[in-house]
Amino acid sequence: MAEPRVMDIKDQPGFRTIAVICLLVLYVPVLILMIFSLNSGSLVTHWEGVTLGWYGSAFLNEEFHAAARNTLIISVTATIVSTICATLAAIGMTRVKPWRGLAAAFMVINLPLMVPEIITAVATLSFFALIAGTLGLNFGIGNLILAHTVFCIPFAYMPIRARLEDMDLTLEYAAADLYATPWNAFRRITLPLLVPGIMSGAALAFIVSFDDFTITQLVAGPGQTTLPLYIWNQIRRPMTPEINAISTILLMVSILFVSVSFLIARRRAK
Amino acid sequence: MGIAFENQVAAPQLPSRPAYGDNQTGTHLPERAGSLNGVIVPEQPGKNAIEVRGVRKVFGTGENQVAALDTVSVSIRENEFFTLLGPSGCGKTTLLRLIAGFDFPTAGEILLHGQDIAPLPPFKRPVNTVFQSYALFPHMTVAQNIGFGLEMLGKPKAEIEARVAQMLKLVKMEALKARRTSEISGGQQQRVALARALAPQPKVLLLDEPLSALDYKLRKEMQIELKRLQHETGITFIFVTHDQEEALTMSDRIAVMSAGKILQVGTPRDIYDRPAERFVADFIGETNFLPGTVVSKQAGVATVIFANNATISAGYPEGFDPTGEVTLVVRPEHADLVPDPAKGTITGTLSNIVYFGTDTHYHVKLDGGGENFIVRHQNSRSSPVTYATGAKVGIQFEEDAARVLKD
Repeated sequence: MAEPRVMDIKDQPGFRTIAVICLLVLYVPVLILMIFSLNSGSLVTHWEGVTLGWYGSAFLNEEFHAAARNTLIISVTATIVSTICATLAAIGMTRVKPWRGLAAAFMVINLPLMVPEIITAVATLSFFALIAGTLGLNFGIGNLILAHTVFCIPFAYMPIRARLEDMDLTLEYAAADLYATPWNAFRRITLPLLVPGIMSGAALAFIVSFDDFTITQLVAGPGQTTLPLYIWNQIRRPMTPEINAISTILLMVSILFVSVSFLIARRRAK
Repeated sequence: MGIAFENQVAAPQLPSRPAYGDNQTGTHLPERAGSLNGVIVPEQPGKNAIEVRGVRKVFGTGENQVAALDTVSVSIRENEFFTLLGPSGCGKTTLLRLIAGFDFPTAGEILLHGQDIAPLPPFKRPVNTVFQSYALFPHMTVAQNIGFGLEMLGKPKAEIEARVAQMLKLVKMEALKARRTSEISGGQQQRVALARALAPQPKVLLLDEPLSALDYKLRKEMQIELKRLQHETGITFIFVTHDQEEALTMSDRIAVMSAGKILQVGTPRDIYDRPAERFVADFIGETNFLPGTVVSKQAGVATVIFANNATISAGYPEGFDPTGEVTLVVRPEHADLVPDPAKGTITGTLSNIVYFGTDTHYHVKLDGGGENFIVRHQNSRSSPVTYATGAKVGIQFEEDAARVLKD
């Protein structure tokens, strides 16, 4: 009789209970938030009936529109720029002869993941204040785009690097053997096979930028309110379920984005 | 411009070869040395396809230096099925990678039809590789994989399509041309890898243990298939393997390698019947080693005396002068048992009899001591004598059975 080598986790005592508690703690608040976005009353704690009215008023809300526009401009630009930087960095660190400072470069790229976000936020604020004070430069919304791009890079970098390291190097040798110049080998072999990694990297970067609060709060100037900032401002006033509706829309955008990139990645990986 | 490449493949030795690789357009412009989309076209098709001259390859730096290849020189002829044979770590794959251009030699030259290609990157060498792992491009179809090399050479689309169709036919994969490479079996992937490497009609095809991932039956089939492809295309094949049987059955010539050196180059028969060194004799086939002392020599044949005062004539490698105590090598099938010990050149006691179906191995514990001597006997319906373990026997040698080893 062969012993099963891996224990079935479902047989562990208390596994079910702990799992159920975790799932409840994680998802019940979100679920309640979504349910109350349909509340016909004007309180977020007292249920009265079903309506889609709060979604209607959210869609007509000019401030929400402005915040959504800012968020999209910042997130999309930061995602594109940071994904390009991350892709180049990952290639430069996996597809070249090992160079002095490679380990240091790896550390530097990933440092933002370890530095507490509030520190990064204060540092970024001081940095922009400094260049505004000494050089008289202010990039407007560019400040936020720049800040987001920087902290998105390590998130985009991770899955791209992982994909590059998993890739069979022999494929690139085979391309070179079949007369592909380094550029052609990259364009025809490495890049197409890297697409799933780039997609996940971009999706991560987008999500991180899309819901960033701490850094945005400190760096944002007047008229640069993003969706998380807008929601934050709203809950300091008497709250209506419109906030629930807006939050639900945000959540849906995130879920949609992650699902699409996941599906694309899975299809490409086949 | 795509013509020079193909014309020169048609080798001078075999003018009657089938029309494989003939240019479809029918224009045969005399093309001089130059380049095709950056890939060099060698000037003078000489006798040797590849000449490796004094190539050294050192990995690592300082104290961690390891010489993967220790000043290797070898010439590989045109249209030859040449095998690099040796155990893992002997440097055979390193040599192949140097010829392909994936690595560059620390010292020495690699000539392709007389032109030094050692400093060239792989994409400028008219040499293609079949990888051990096949390395098919997973995001492309079978046909796209096969056409990739031609596409990179900048060949016109019509020519690529025609050649791909031709290659699909050559490896009998027409029906699966639109499949992804992940949707075909290992044996089929092997064929696609071959077709892909042959499609650009390289001067030399490099094969890095291409059959090692296949099961026994498929491997036997592919061995025959490879020989056929080599004959039909007339391309020089350089084949790397650690499987001595594969090397013996497929090769025109074999280079036996060990510890970064080439020990012996020769036909399979040379290597098997006339091994020069103990390693070669030991690595290829089963072998008996016997100690003896040279008493005289004449015209490449030495007379060697054993401890029991029996003598035997044995050839020795060219350029080697055997004196004093030497080691003789005798293949198990080149010796015979005799029931009467007095009639044997050497004598011993039968210690073990192993039945193999086609033949029987008799292990003899020699009276002089040392390793057991193995005699192989082909089984037949009318074996005249049967032996039992413990019996005293004599061992006779066929003429020319013994060879003096260099070390």
